[in-house]
Amino acid sequence: MSAKFNLKNFALLAAVSVACVAVPGVLIKFNVIDGYTAQIFTLAGINAIMAISVNIICGMTGQLSLGQAGFMAIGAYACIWFAQVAQLPLPVAVVAAGCLAAIFGFLIGFPTLKLSGDYLAIVTLGFGEILRVIFVNLKSVTGGPNGKRFTTALAAQADLAWFVIVGTLVVVVILLQNFLRSSYGRAILAVREDEIAANSNGISVFRYKMTGFVIAAFVAGIAGALYAPFIGFVKPDLASFNRSVDYLIYVVLGGMGSITGSILAAFTLTYLQEFLRFLQEYRLLFYPVILILVMLFRPQGLLGMRELSFVGIWKKITSRRKA
Amino acid sequence: MDSLVVFVQQLINGLSLGSIYALIALGYTMVYGIVMLINFAHGDILMVGAYTGFYVLGAMGPSPLSLGLAFLAAMIVCGVSGVVIERLAYRPLRNAPRLNSLITAIAVSLILQNGARVLPFVGPNPRQFPTMKTVNVQIGPIGVSNVQIIVIAVSIALMVMLNYVINRTKIGKAMRAVSFDMKAASLMGISVNRVVAFTFALGSVLAAAGGILFATAYPQIDPTMGAMPGLKAFVAAVLGGIGSVPGAMLGGYILGVAETLTKGFISSQFSDAISFAILILILLVKPTGIVGTKVRVKV
Repeated sequence: MSAKFNLKNFALLAAVSVACVAVPGVLIKFNVIDGYTAQIFTLAGINAIMAISVNIICGMTGQLSLGQAGFMAIGAYACIWFAQVAQLPLPVAVVAAGCLAAIFGFLIGFPTLKLSGDYLAIVTLGFGEILRVIFVNLKSVTGGPNGKRFTTALAAQADLAWFVIVGTLVVVVILLQNFLRSSYGRAILAVREDEIAANSNGISVFRYKMTGFVIAAFVAGIAGALYAPFIGFVKPDLASFNRSVDYLIYVVLGGMGSITGSILAAFTLTYLQEFLRFLQEYRLLFYPVILILVMLFRPQGLLGMRELSFVGIWKKITSRRKA
Repeated sequence: MDSLVVFVQQLINGLSLGSIYALIALGYTMVYGIVMLINFAHGDILMVGAYTGFYVLGAMGPSPLSLGLAFLAAMIVCGVSGVVIERLAYRPLRNAPRLNSLITAIAVSLILQNGARVLPFVGPNPRQFPTMKTVNVQIGPIGVSNVQIIVIAVSIALMVMLNYVINRTKIGKAMRAVSFDMKAASLMGISVNRVVAFTFALGSVLAAAGGILFATAYPQIDPTMGAMPGLKAFVAAVLGGIGSVPGAMLGGYILGVAETLTKGFISSQFSDAISFAILILILLVKPTGIVGTKVRVKV
């Protein structure tokens, strides 16, 4: 791939991104896609943002975090607080909530990123559980175990919610792709591949792990801040271990380190859970069985480390036509 | 004086809770020591054990004899299911990336939980676990219940037996060898598959006992009952240094005592948060757990 700015590729990607947001959005607007399906797919959009957040830590930085939902819950509650108490407009509140989650990421990451492997996983797990307990008991801010209501236009208008959430998803993907191709991004990937080799090449391992961790926390905070106004209701369970595991499952199934893979997996699995509803209670059994089968027969996940490249697909189509 | 009484009382409660955590943590740590897998389904094996005990006790009525039979039945059922789970879900993935086995373990845990919920004779609703009549023995101002004595005695007996199996028997020697170096052990003629299966069986047997003891101490059981003690026991295993058998016992007791002491002195609502905070603090000071050994990284 040439380093030069390629107008054709840029236009192609821009068209794909706009189409991803606009086409389903317009279909929702004119009720071609009914409200129920729209809600599932918009929720899948939030799940995809969370999957990207987990992927930044697990796939890009090479650390295992089991407490990512904790950052999401911080984002969700912070968004409500910024919008209701501080009276900020919603977009500002969302970004502020993401920043708050990032600050928490920095505070948690500072002592814990020195730990490695499973120990880091446990500490993040503990962090999520601690947050859940705090949210349950901090009744004045969080509404305690019954949760907190937050009604906005986003919960009522399916088309608006789709535009906002999937629009954010696209922006996150674009920013992340650019970041990964910067010197910071390359350094983070180097840390993932081999910490010792990266260290001896003058890359500060701790600093880049921290960078990855804080960015992931920010993205998770944004996802939470969108989740709160979209669902209109936040409970402390949002920070629980099971939630973090759900997002980890998207990443492993889609392929660790593959952003398009996590997005595909998030959309497929979110829809699958709804689709399997005709099985009633037995659906709860099918989902884990599918997980085990994928792990057994496709251990690297759907896409492995590769990305689904729209430019690549376009090239394939056009070259076939020429031949 | 008053706070001293509370302290000793909570210490005894903590020892009783800690023995249960220690029993469960042993399963985590043995499996981790051998196949480097965080077996998230372990807590749900505990649930299977508790339900087996529930049916045995329900059929025979609570008495010391039926409690013994309940232990036996639960241990057999859990031991067998541990081996079956290992054979079907974990063995095909033994050489796969570690996250894959982790996700599989989570999936097995979901299958056990949701399977119990779907099965018509278990169902999603909580059930009352039949227990013996609680008798309190008063030693001065401090009360010890017969349940607590049973819990502590049974778990210490099981831990002594486990220690014997690991340190004095041939299969125990094989377990230590496999956990030290799986490839070298297999070159020495140790059947690695058999040892791993045995480890899973042993861990699940302990979880079965832990399940019945837990249900006796907190007599309400439901399909997700294993999640929280499982998570805490796992924390205990990491606290002691995951992979180390004495570490798991120590970690279990520390966690149990810490939890009851926070309940007694600080706040019962925050007790879960505080036990996790203790974990984080200990790991920050000693990153490999209390008795864990540091592995040197060589280039």
